[in-house]
Amino acid sequence: MIRFLFKGLLRDRNRSLLPVLVVTVGVALTVLAHCYITGILRDSIEFTARYSSGHVKIMTRAYAENSDQVPNDLALLGVDELISNVQDDFPDMEFVQRINFGGLLDSPDKYGETKKQGIVSGIAVDLISENTKETERLNLAGALRKGRFPEKPDEVLLSDEFAEKLEVNPGDPVTLISSTMYGGMAVQNFVLAGTIEFGVEFMDRSGMIADITGIQNALDMQDACGEILGFLDNPRYNDEMAMQVEQTFNNKYADPDDQFSPVMSRLKNESLLSGFFEMVDMFSGIIIFVFILAMSIVLWNSGLIGGLRRYGEIGLRLAIGEEKGHIYRSMIGEAVLIGIVGSTIGTLIGLGFSYWLQEAGLDIGGIMKNSKMMMPSVFRANITPPAYYLGFIPGLFSVVLGTMLAGIGIYRRKTASLFKELET
Amino acid sequence: MKNSEIVKISGLVKKFPMAGGFFTALDKIDLTFGEGEFAGFVGPSGSGKTTMLNIIGSLDTPSEGNAIVLDNDINQLSSHKAALLRRKHLGFIFQTYNLLPVYTVFENVEFPLLLLRMSASQRKKAVLDALEWVGLSDKVKSRPAQLSGGECQRVAIARAMVKKPLLVLADEPTANLDSDNSHHILKTMEKLNKDLLTTFIFATHDDKVIRYLRRKISLRDGKVTADEIVKN
Repeated sequence: MIRFLFKGLLRDRNRSLLPVLVVTVGVALTVLAHCYITGILRDSIEFTARYSSGHVKIMTRAYAENSDQVPNDLALLGVDELISNVQDDFPDMEFVQRINFGGLLDSPDKYGETKKQGIVSGIAVDLISENTKETERLNLAGALRKGRFPEKPDEVLLSDEFAEKLEVNPGDPVTLISSTMYGGMAVQNFVLAGTIEFGVEFMDRSGMIADITGIQNALDMQDACGEILGFLDNPRYNDEMAMQVEQTFNNKYADPDDQFSPVMSRLKNESLLSGFFEMVDMFSGIIIFVFILAMSIVLWNSGLIGGLRRYGEIGLRLAIGEEKGHIYRSMIGEAVLIGIVGSTIGTLIGLGFSYWLQEAGLDIGGIMKNSKMMMPSVFRANITPPAYYLGFIPGLFSVVLGTMLAGIGIYRRKTASLFKELET
Repeated sequence: MKNSEIVKISGLVKKFPMAGGFFTALDKIDLTFGEGEFAGFVGPSGSGKTTMLNIIGSLDTPSEGNAIVLDNDINQLSSHKAALLRRKHLGFIFQTYNLLPVYTVFENVEFPLLLLRMSASQRKKAVLDALEWVGLSDKVKSRPAQLSGGECQRVAIARAMVKKPLLVLADEPTANLDSDNSHHILKTMEKLNKDLLTTFIFATHDDKVIRYLRRKISLRDGKVTADEIVKN
């Protein structure tokens, strides 16, 4: 009997191919949406981690409390020793110094007079030491537009757009006018080594990347830095692991009575990010829920239509002596089969597209042009374990649920009217 | 023809609820059908023919009175036992054939046997025999869409007859057929009735069918107005 019904299922394309296609498309879209939303979230987190927050960040307590103002006068001191100690405490992690700075950047003409001037927003990172991974971490190689990377402490990179505004080219001098960590005025000449495109509108307007040593010299911050960023061994942020590191560090180094004692904060606790995490989690949850719900309704409807289409066949089966329960179970069996086949194919297709989006990414730079958020312009999907089973919720359960609801009609059907029904 | 009772109906009343009361579709019917009969309920639309077949076919139950079909009291049958009675002993022929379009002729006829859990070899033999009875041995692999209306109805007869039921109920079996095909179908059923001693009970108002009946039970407004043995 099962073989007989299976044969009918295969031959009747409206009963097999069509529902399988509907399930496949629905499941593929669900999986793709899940992977893409997860990817956007993770890309945003990683981008923020690489540029500004690390997976964990060490600052002085006072700096942490006023971190919005980037107060370099409250910077960490004795950072070489501190980094050496934390590196011993957490040997699998990497710790790097960062200084965020701002000021004016001046481009002089051939007489040394100001030609152009602009507000600069800069990051000082280790660009020139032998084992530095910062250029790779900030993906500078792919962002270089003109010139080369700095090879000396007094060489800097500017955003391509900012360099054009200042009318400077690689090899030209620029002057940073800022303040030292002790409150004095800092004026330091640099040479433009190259220009880069950050891919983030906010950074492209006024961004500068300088070597940490050059900025430490300029801002009188020898053996000091605003922040020490720590990166976990895993390239993807792991909040549980970061929390362990945070607790261990703070237990050992943080002194609640000393405002200059180092404190560690993990990525998720960053003041600007904690809300973002919750918001993105909530929105991605809502989007996926709505998507699953919508697909469930479509597939449920498909199950209902499938049941109604076979009204005549079911009537005949009842008339020749098949029991209602047997017909109901066989319909659900078919729905399970269609759900499994469609969900499996849909999951594979969804994962295939997600893998492609994970590798190639989707460039949304055009629509991010006026954004002030530090967000990547290329979003990639991210295949996570739930992607392997998430599609089965609409794919399998909805078809089966639809068939079960449609099948209730079998139980309500009066055998007394079969002759009449089968004559129309 | 043997005289053993296949169906015994006594004091049968069937009422359907309708606005403000009940509609009496069958009113105090007393009838008996013996093995091998070729009988039919005749009468205009609304006279109760199909309701009668429904009750005999265990698809419905009487409101009053009794209907004993193959020693089964229709009033007392659970839905499981009613399905079992239909599966084992009753065959149905419908006006619109109701063949399953995705299956071949062979598979359509085989379908009732699958419910009886017969072996594949037994099923094959029974199906080929049934198709031979109706003269469709050469259409085994055809699909219903490839057959004429008359051929489809012959497949439906083969499907009803394949399990060699004791009783076949046919509701307007020739309504969709032309004269030639109707006669062909009726001759086939008549032959099966004689060869296999299967009891046939029709519901019809088609003169072509009525001419073949050996017992004609006239119904009007739910009452038997005549019960005649016809001598051809």
